Amino acid sequence: MTMVSLTIDGSPVQVPQKTTILEAALANGMYIPHLCHHPDLKPAGICRVCMVEVGGQLLVSCRAAVAPGMQVKTTSPAVDKVRRAAVELLVADHDADCLACAKADSCKLLEVSRYIGIDPGRYEMLRAHRLRKEVDESHPFIRRDYNKCVLCGICVRTCDEVQGVAAIDFAFRGYATRVAAVGDRPLQESVCESCGECVVRCPTGALLPIGFEKPAREVSTVCPYCGTGCGLILGTRGGKIVSARGVPDHTTSQGRLCVKGRFGWSFVNHPERLTTPLVRKDGRLVESSWDEALDLITDRFARYRARQAGVFGSPKTTNEEIYLTSKFARVVMGTNNVAQVAHLCHANTVRGLIPVTGSGAMTVPIWQIKDAACHLVIGCNPTEAHPIVGLEVRQAVRRGTKLIIANPYEIDLCRLPHLRLPLRPGTDVALLMGMAKVILEEGLLDREFIAERTTNFEAYAESLRGFSLEEAAAITGVSAELIREAARLYATTKPALIFWSMGITQHSHGHDNVWALAHLAMMTGNYGKPGAGVAPLRGHNNVQGATDLGITPPWYPGYQFCPGYELFPRYDKFKSSKEKFEKGWGYELPDFPGLSTVKQFHPKAKGWGPQEMWDLERQIKLWYIIGADLVNAVAQSEGVKQALQQAEFVVVQDIFLTDTAREADVVLPAACFAEKDGTFTATDRRVQLVRKAVEPPGEARPDWQIICEIARRLGYRGFDFASPAAVMDEIASLVPAYAGVSHARLQGEELRWPVASAEHPGTPVLHVGEFIRLGKAEFWPLAYTPSPELPDADYPLVMTTGRDLHHFHHVMTRRVEGLNDLCPEDYVELHAQDAAALGIADGDQVKVSSRRASLLTRARVSERPVPGVVFKPIHFGEKPTNALTSAEHIDAVGTTPNTKVCPVRVEKVQATA
Amino acid sequence: MTTRRLLVSRGTCCVSAGADRVAEALEAELGKIGLREVPVKRVGCPGFSQIDPVVIVEPEGLLYAGVRPEDAPELARSLTPGGQPVDRLFYRHDGQAVPRFADIPYYRRQERILLKNCGAVNPESIEDYLEVGGYAALRKALTGLTPAEVVEEVKRSGLRGLGGAGFATGRKWESCLRAQGEHKFVICNGDEGDPGAFVDRSLLEGDPHSVIEGMAIAGHAVGARTGYIYVRAEYPLAVRRLRIAIEQARESGFLGDSVLGTGFAFNIHLFQGAGAFVCGESTALTQSIEGYRGMPRPLPRPRTTEAGLHASPTVLNNVKTFAAVRWIINEGAAWFAARGTARSKGTALFSLTGKVANCGLIEVPMGMTLREVVCDIGGGVPGGKPIKAIQTGGPSGGCLPASLLDTPVDFDTLVAIGSMMGSGGMVVMDEDTCMVDIARYFMEFCKKESCGQCSLCRLGTVQMLSTLTAITEGRGTDRDIDLLLELSEAVAGGSICGLGQSAPNPVLSTIRYFREEYEAHIHERTCPARVCKALISYYISPERCVGCGLCSKECPVDAIRGERRQVHVIDQDRCTRCGVCVNACPERFAAVERLPGRAPAGR
Repeated sequence: MTMVSLTIDGSPVQVPQKTTILEAALANGMYIPHLCHHPDLKPAGICRVCMVEVGGQLLVSCRAAVAPGMQVKTTSPAVDKVRRAAVELLVADHDADCLACAKADSCKLLEVSRYIGIDPGRYEMLRAHRLRKEVDESHPFIRRDYNKCVLCGICVRTCDEVQGVAAIDFAFRGYATRVAAVGDRPLQESVCESCGECVVRCPTGALLPIGFEKPAREVSTVCPYCGTGCGLILGTRGGKIVSARGVPDHTTSQGRLCVKGRFGWSFVNHPERLTTPLVRKDGRLVESSWDEALDLITDRFARYRARQAGVFGSPKTTNEEIYLTSKFARVVMGTNNVAQVAHLCHANTVRGLIPVTGSGAMTVPIWQIKDAACHLVIGCNPTEAHPIVGLEVRQAVRRGTKLIIANPYEIDLCRLPHLRLPLRPGTDVALLMGMAKVILEEGLLDREFIAERTTNFEAYAESLRGFSLEEAAAITGVSAELIREAARLYATTKPALIFWSMGITQHSHGHDNVWALAHLAMMTGNYGKPGAGVAPLRGHNNVQGATDLGITPPWYPGYQFCPGYELFPRYDKFKSSKEKFEKGWGYELPDFPGLSTVKQFHPKAKGWGPQEMWDLERQIKLWYIIGADLVNAVAQSEGVKQALQQAEFVVVQDIFLTDTAREADVVLPAACFAEKDGTFTATDRRVQLVRKAVEPPGEARPDWQIICEIARRLGYRGFDFASPAAVMDEIASLVPAYAGVSHARLQGEELRWPVASAEHPGTPVLHVGEFIRLGKAEFWPLAYTPSPELPDADYPLVMTTGRDLHHFHHVMTRRVEGLNDLCPEDYVELHAQDAAALGIADGDQVKVSSRRASLLTRARVSERPVPGVVFKPIHFGEKPTNALTSAEHIDAVGTTPNTKVCPVRVEKVQATA
Repeated sequence: MTTRRLLVSRGTCCVSAGADRVAEALEAELGKIGLREVPVKRVGCPGFSQIDPVVIVEPEGLLYAGVRPEDAPELARSLTPGGQPVDRLFYRHDGQAVPRFADIPYYRRQERILLKNCGAVNPESIEDYLEVGGYAALRKALTGLTPAEVVEEVKRSGLRGLGGAGFATGRKWESCLRAQGEHKFVICNGDEGDPGAFVDRSLLEGDPHSVIEGMAIAGHAVGARTGYIYVRAEYPLAVRRLRIAIEQARESGFLGDSVLGTGFAFNIHLFQGAGAFVCGESTALTQSIEGYRGMPRPLPRPRTTEAGLHASPTVLNNVKTFAAVRWIINEGAAWFAARGTARSKGTALFSLTGKVANCGLIEVPMGMTLREVVCDIGGGVPGGKPIKAIQTGGPSGGCLPASLLDTPVDFDTLVAIGSMMGSGGMVVMDEDTCMVDIARYFMEFCKKESCGQCSLCRLGTVQMLSTLTAITEGRGTDRDIDLLLELSEAVAGGSICGLGQSAPNPVLSTIRYFREEYEAHIHERTCPARVCKALISYYISPERCVGCGLCSKECPVDAIRGERRQVHVIDQDRCTRCGVCVNACPERFAAVERLPGRAPAGR
């Protein structure tokens, strides 16, 4: 680095070339007053406060670069005249209620005023001409007080440069200038994502969170929503959470948060939180003591075990709790019927990739997204479902990363330069085989990688032989030309990273989709390098940990197989770890295959296991459901409700009385993420500490304590832990990938599994040198299978489902008032062409019917879904999307139902008076 | 050689004065009397706005002023064999008819080079332009001169940017020619926003092809393939004529992918401004074309010639500057440089308005004195009243006192005395103009038009305006002049762009030359020019009042008392100084007087 020597006010300093004068001064402990400068942003030079004098000339120090021998005067008569006037004018135009201002302790205007020294006489003279402007509180989270705005433009530049949204800009002219969204309409009517990054950087009290309270204490933890794993600092006061902000130096989130992370914490304080156990008496759930509830539970749990019991763990809980859930199910309940909502989600990825690349986890850290030269974003909408990942994609594309988007829905990333493949839902395999065919035929393969690091390529290539690009075009609805272009772009722009999520996995052929994607990466050598590989974006905060630590039938914690794993295709090369865990846990473990989520409730679901298992009778009589609103989550939800009602005994352990809890015999009040210690594993395998910020409400208890208490009451050993840290130590002893993980290390270290030992630094990039578990990746033949349920004359449209930015599922965000203001109600989104044909206008009441159910909702008309496709969000239990979907067919590997291709009919409903 | 034809001026000013109807009436009349073969040609405005619309009869060069449609029959008949010129429609100077266009004093002292075609050619006809030698310079440049030679020629001509700043055009082009870039752009700045300025509009309306030709030559000189004309959307006629001209130039091969078959590609896009004055600033203008809000980029930043539009090397010149280029190429740098002063070559264009007998658009050699411009061409203040001040350069310029009337008009001299050429506005003021009020007016303009980006301009103009308003409303205090000077210095020294840096000029120049007027407002609570309502009074002269009662009937606030046939008196407490009484009083009595200063209450 070339250093430049200069003097500032006579003091010699040395700074790297291209440093600005202001940065040089600040870095050397010299203050130059400034307002519009922010270290995260490009210099603006508009506040005119940071002027300095160099060689008799006034220079804007935040824009001017240093030069060798430069002699900078931070103050001089010429500088002071301009600076004093600028500051005085700003102060005179500013509300001087510093005592009442929440930003007073960090206000930049106050800082420069103190430096200048304000002459009260002049100040009063100038003040005479002020106009009051109205405070804007129209946004549920962001308060905009123009009387305190200094028009530094930091919010405008943040929205553009950091967030890549540019929802706000300067509006109007002259003294009327103010920052506004398009058309000076309320923020929420613009493209604003309500992330609050502008609020964070505002140097004055102009932008504040609505109802801001300064916290008395802050606790660093992890966001409880999606799997990105953003660092979250919760502020508390009087035992309540009052604020949230990002962890500034967090490598994943870099201080950023999305609207849910920043503003979605108030559910913790919600009055509807469960505070005591509830026991069903005379058909009603009534409050009870812990003893009464636990006595009942121990009695029934002893009665219905093994094949009669089903245990649901929660990807919202900590790794420690997930591990204990798995152990509890197998040891205490004697069953492998241990399931979770990941079986509705990425099970195809996780289980599907084990025999292909050895692991279904993201191959690189999130911070390496920017290092990829090409992004293939297929079947996911990161901006809404994983907003910080979405930001990383945006930033990368702005820096030149090529973007390919395959989605039947025009996702927000389509606002960036991109190549779009608007395929029909469920035709991904055909699309990807088409791309593979081009790569193969045009010799764009990485032959060396295929030869050295993979096997069975010939079988795969053979499966492509009979498939033509024209067929791909006919099936997907995407032109052969576009498929070819996408294939070339992907194969020749390296490193390339593939993002996917539910659009890929929620199919009864989801694992084929996943294989096809992994194969694309394998054939182009996109594994084992920074920025390369696959990024299956995991939904829940700890769903990665939930799959890692064995709340799934085929494996114990650490992807170590238990009886039943042999029912999965291509798993025959693996061995069972039953003996290891019997030894480790000290009990004999069940030897029958367990059932995944759908199969527990819909035993006649077809597709998984040998044919005779496609038509089972329901055997489960008892369910212990931790943190899962299955009634809303599982396809064909009416069947779930019925199964729960028909069960002998159902325990639901949750933070709210969910639709599922309403069907329970006993409801146990659990602590939420902010009320306990533990760890979450993010989608990029990063294991992070979750820290307790507040006490659980009432008698609510952390899940780990409840699980252990029940086990102890039933007389089992191995459930005595002093703390979650002790649980992690047991995990480390049994799970090789977590062998080096401990709470102590996580205090200061950034660890991504596998962490082989206490000394091992973790594994940022997976599969370097060799594929984990397998050594060599293995290709498998591909074939396109159409979705089992297709549109016909009665159900002519295809419904696909997904998330809205402002909500997560149905439980937490729906109890955050502001998020409900931003996204208050359910809708079904139709392409304008279809809407016109059906005589439906935006906002109309419509009836959506599938072969299973009908419901009323509101139409949203746009051009975002491809014609023939409608989109419905999953957040509104009162309009249960999964009442419409089918659980008839499930994937042979992931056992996921086919929720992304659901033929429906949409009809206009005349409003009744 | 010119055959018989009629020219009807059709600038915006002429059209609003009824030029279209005049032309149609003339055609109809000529048809009626069998002179259908005499063409009625629609031309640009010849610039003498005061007498619009004009009809010029060729080949004699007779000019009829202020023609109305009903004059058409008489005019048409004058063209029949033996027909007599219509004397009553001739322009009159000092009561004398001046039949010939060329003899009108307003034109005699001008040197119309850039404006030569304005009023002579039909701006909607490329044939007309070609007839007067149009696109010869482009052909010459493309077929005979290398880019470097064009740049050299422009450099030697001494042409300076006629948008106001006066930067040497040749040097600008040279810098852009040398700059590396895959794309380069030529931008014509037609965002003429100064109140009272209409030079660019007239040129674009009257001779659009000369601007297009200049831009194409610039494109050749710097290696640009794309040009933009940024024109105010408030100039619909200019927009329309530019559209037609660009299309015609394209069809005729003067624009396109191979201009004149030389392989040189040059296309021009029209971009309409949305009415922000600040977009006349070069970096704001390029941002505006890029689709951003037009806001100037602060220094330090790369030059526009190195990183302008889309961060590519860009030549950005004013309409007038591009219009001058063809003359330099056709006639040579020496020919052009023969006009003007040592450091300001060629001609200067002004829109002459205000208290001046001859309003209109003029072109004079650089270095002509203000007196020649205002008195000889402009005819001085109507009614022979004395000139008080000349305002040049619009809101960025200054007010010069009558004592400086012998100052030569050129870039540097005007700046030296506290004003500037600006975009060519020249407003003449007489003794009835209050200089504080004028400063206030321009400050109000700057306050509104500040882009709002930098604190000094956005808030400094507000503070200065409030202070000036306070002075004109009789609330001035002892420290106001110092406060204005102090704020002026900070705003001029600290603002991002020319708008803010020059916004204090009207204040500074009026304080510099008319300080006693400020002091009269502040200390004596009087407005010597009798303009500022709060500092004047109306008074009914007892000697002249006959007590007709008309004034008291009209007074909206019942401030005038008096019995019929008795002398009336104004209640100064009630009087709002609206001035209705002055107009109500019959001219033969003229009993109501407007006096400087507030009369003691009750009188």
